[in-house]
Amino acid sequence: MSAQANVAPNKIARRPFVAELLKQRGTSLIACGLGSPTWDCFAAGDSPEYLYSWGGMGLAVPTALGLALAQPKRRVVAITGDGEMMMGLGSLAVIGDQAPQNLAVLVLDNEKFAETGRQRGLTSGRTDLAAVARGFGIANTMIVTELGKAGELADFLFKAPGPVFAVAKIAVTEDPWALPEKDGATIAHRFRTSLGLEKP
Amino acid sequence: MSKNGTHWSGDVFREMRARDIITVCTVPDGGLTQLLDLIGGERKMRLVTLTTEEEGIGVATGCWLGGERAMIAMQSSGVGNCINALGLPTAFRAPCLMLVTMRGQWGEFNPWQVLMGQATRPALEAVGVRCYPVDKAEEVGETFAAAADIAFNSRVSAAVLVGQRIIGAKGFGQK
Repeated sequence: MSAQANVAPNKIARRPFVAELLKQRGTSLIACGLGSPTWDCFAAGDSPEYLYSWGGMGLAVPTALGLALAQPKRRVVAITGDGEMMMGLGSLAVIGDQAPQNLAVLVLDNEKFAETGRQRGLTSGRTDLAAVARGFGIANTMIVTELGKAGELADFLFKAPGPVFAVAKIAVTEDPWALPEKDGATIAHRFRTSLGLEKP
Repeated sequence: MSKNGTHWSGDVFREMRARDIITVCTVPDGGLTQLLDLIGGERKMRLVTLTTEEEGIGVATGCWLGGERAMIAMQSSGVGNCINALGLPTAFRAPCLMLVTMRGQWGEFNPWQVLMGQATRPALEAVGVRCYPVDKAEEVGETFAAAADIAFNSRVSAAVLVGQRIIGAKGFGQK
């Protein structure tokens, strides 16, 4: 027997949703989770302020935390998937403890290991990630189930006093490949250059 | 004890301050007690307590991407938790500095520590981390300084392995 599936099917189409969110990011730095969240951000329009990831599953949120600590004047938003978030759950306890006001986390939750063949993920059952975040001391959380809530979510992610945590229940979709630069040194160099830390 | 009769932690702490290391991520170890106390008492530094050591690799890499220096302090058993994560700073060509206090190496009481203690250095070297073992208390400070400089100047991963011979085996109340 498998765990009970959520009653309502996930409806949000991830690509237009992420594009809509990112239109409102202002100067926020985006730490992209590996796989689909990285493809989504790149598909919405390349930027040196997007830190793309191709590996190190579970580390998007800790990396975003490090960035937020080092750049207290900049908003930092981690956009990752449910599989990566589940692998790095403990990092939410670290965020709850450090409580950086400039940090937001968004989980694009399709309840699947989409990148590896759409195997069932643990958030398809009884797991409530927002409740987990609150349990770790991240008091301000939001769950979004409709594309029309993108504006409200953008305000939350890019403006609400952090740390904040949000889950968007996204649909399983077939999206065109959109692969950004995969050389990490190049990604890091242009990211740090945009912060004035390295010369172009 | 270090050269001047004080604990080696003071030497490491001084070298950290001299290199503007701001953030220290840790899952604590008994051998790190004095150093973590020094860091916790320094207002210009930030202690980030982790649930598992691999998070520290992400946090430290994020700090460097944002223009600050960071490091991870852990027990040798924690090295096993970091192996896949070490691909992150390597891919970004970010520096990664680790201070590891050894268990399962010299007079260990607990057999559960021996496997990872013996595997710490080969496991780190298998993923390209330069290892700096040190077995004399008076050499810990300069060894740490050398590892830190190569990590930050050449943007590579480096680990200082503080021998259990320095720290002493945990007694577990035994005589």
